[in-house]
Amino acid sequence: MAEERRFLSASGVPIALRRRQHSASCRELAVRGPRLQLRSLSAATSAVWLAAYGLFALSENSMVLSAAIFITLIGLIIYLHFVKIDQESLLVIGSLGIQVTSSYASGKESTTFIEMGQVKDVVINEAIHMQKVIYYLCILLQDPEDPQGISEVVPLFQSSKPRLDCLIEVYKSCQEILEQRKTAPQSS
Amino acid sequence: MVLKVFFPSCCSSADSGILIGRWISEQNSAVILAVIHFPFIPVQVKQYLGEVQRVTKVSVSVLGSWSNSKQEKEESLSEFLEDLGTIFCHEPWIQISKEGDSKFWSCSILQKHSKNPQEEEIILVYYDQRKVMLSHLHPPLDTAGQRAEDASKLSAIFDTVARSQVLFMTDRYDEGPIKLTHWQSDGVEASIIVELLKQTSVPACMLLTFLLSLVSGICRSRVLKFWPLSFLWSKLSTCEQLGHRLQHLQVISSNKKAQNQNQLMRKANIFVSLLIDVALGILLMSWLYRKNRIGHLADTLIPVADHVAEELQDLLQWLMGAPAGLKMNRALDQVLGRFFLYHIHLWISYIHLLSPFIEMILWYVGLSACLGLTVALCILSDIIALLTFHIYCFYVYGARLYCLKIYGLSSLWRLFRGKKWNVLRQRVDSCSYDLDQLFIGTLLFTILLFLLPTTALYYLVFTLLRLLVVIVQGLIHLLVDLIDSLPLYSLILRLCRSYRLAAGVKFRVLEQQDGKPLRLLMQINPLSYGGVVQTYRLPTYSCYPRDSWASLCKKLFLGELIYPWKHKGDKQN
Repeated sequence: MAEERRFLSASGVPIALRRRQHSASCRELAVRGPRLQLRSLSAATSAVWLAAYGLFALSENSMVLSAAIFITLIGLIIYLHFVKIDQESLLVIGSLGIQVTSSYASGKESTTFIEMGQVKDVVINEAIHMQKVIYYLCILLQDPEDPQGISEVVPLFQSSKPRLDCLIEVYKSCQEILEQRKTAPQSS
Repeated sequence: MVLKVFFPSCCSSADSGILIGRWISEQNSAVILAVIHFPFIPVQVKQYLGEVQRVTKVSVSVLGSWSNSKQEKEESLSEFLEDLGTIFCHEPWIQISKEGDSKFWSCSILQKHSKNPQEEEIILVYYDQRKVMLSHLHPPLDTAGQRAEDASKLSAIFDTVARSQVLFMTDRYDEGPIKLTHWQSDGVEASIIVELLKQTSVPACMLLTFLLSLVSGICRSRVLKFWPLSFLWSKLSTCEQLGHRLQHLQVISSNKKAQNQNQLMRKANIFVSLLIDVALGILLMSWLYRKNRIGHLADTLIPVADHVAEELQDLLQWLMGAPAGLKMNRALDQVLGRFFLYHIHLWISYIHLLSPFIEMILWYVGLSACLGLTVALCILSDIIALLTFHIYCFYVYGARLYCLKIYGLSSLWRLFRGKKWNVLRQRVDSCSYDLDQLFIGTLLFTILLFLLPTTALYYLVFTLLRLLVVIVQGLIHLLVDLIDSLPLYSLILRLCRSYRLAAGVKFRVLEQQDGKPLRLLMQINPLSYGGVVQTYRLPTYSCYPRDSWASLCKKLFLGELIYPWKHKGDKQN
């Protein structure tokens, strides 16, 4: 069963949170940011080409134009493949682990899977980012030597940066599944 | 508790039978390795499993039953399958059944001695058996050694499948009492090329070892250890590179089989790196010798050396005049300038003496490019060092003079203030000097102080030239280092067979149906290219800056000689 709700990100752009429950111990939470707008793409391309024409008019060298086209193409490919994140999702499978996926605009997906034995907890933390204080969700990893210690903090939803109301929804969903592992009998 | 069943996707269309695999009780998961079909004799199955267990050291056992009915469910078959649970007693007994072509299977568990008879949730995870068997899991680089016993759950699964290789050696064409289905049951894979290579590698290795022992015997002979020659060998970077490559060849040609993954990858990387190096070297050689380019190169070498010498002479004339408007001390200026000019004159004469032989020397030296591109680059770096030897000499003269001056000045400055350096206590103490000592000291101090700008200017100019040459040589060595240490085999493996180098796994949720167990697909998450290079980098005799920026500046200011690139074998002073 799937449901979708609209929220705002920390910088004010609209984002959508989609929750899917696959089974009693498996949930998928996906935050989708806005797609690449044709407006901004055309604006950027026109700016670059106007600058190239200006340079061409000054220097009379046609290499400037070919270089501008080349730069636009390469820059677009790099932006779509390495920078623009369309969707960030969290798949929580009780007793297996937590999987964090980022899907880029070109279709590339980069995934990390964290086993349940390494996860200590999922919490909402505050951070100072530029001139703002924002909330972010993170996974705390267990330190193998020290049962009370934390070895690493993995922040989630870094590019879409949802606000606190969205984060609370995600937090509640995660905690429902994480609690199941505490009520289940502990295995050695 | 949740029960996880890892099912190989190759067995999805297998006929009915019993499931064999490994039960990992700490994680409440069952890794299914194969399906044994009817008809079978339970005693023979138990015998076979006992043998497999002995050979692979993996506790393989019968885990449950699998029924693939093309028509509707047959009641008698299901009872028969339950009875099997009593013959091969395993706790818990897993029953998976598939109807027709449906994707959604029903899975149930029989627990005879269950303490809490609650409904357990079952997760069905499909995995590609061949890929999981061949892949090598790379743990994150910051795991400590004691995590070995607290090994991650995934590595247990990868381990189980990898070690059960002998189970996958029987295919369906073998005549035997047991009929299995696994990823190789349609026919065992083998490659003729690999088998041929394995056969030829042993005599090739022996031949190579013999040749290498001859070469290293010659290298270690006493003749080459006399003082001038050994000094020369240690200074030339070509000899170091050749020694490095010799070491690599010794690693490849050793008879011992590689113990683990790391050693195997290292051998393969060295082999591919050597191959590509020699191929590029031969390419370069063929390009150089075509159209007699080597001859042209030799012809332009002398004019270039002459040109450099002329530029240096112009520079010295400029310094002897009024460089940048500064006023130099006339006498000292003339002395230093004439000294350096005579030095350049000597150098040019020597070069002109050598000029008829240059072409022949270059021709034969160019032949050694067939040993590899790295050797050719090292030879280039050595030629640059030899051609700019006079710049090095000037730098040493200027630095020594400047250094002497600075030390003299600092010592006389202390005398000027009435202090002295106490060598015993390593500190500055006050001291009472006689009048004549003070008089001479102050006089010398004044002379040195006013001659400082001239010496400092010469030192500055020659230091800058020397730094330029050092930077050029450093860039060439960086390139050589790159070619030496890049793990090409691992990168090509990551490109073509990315499942072999795994950083982890990723799960994909497949279509679900209510009432049926959760279906997931486990895929291999390959290691990133940066991770591959970091894990499998070949060690080199790397040259990296010896000093930090601060100490380098301090040395420059005091006039100490700098050798910016440190070699691994050098002792620290």
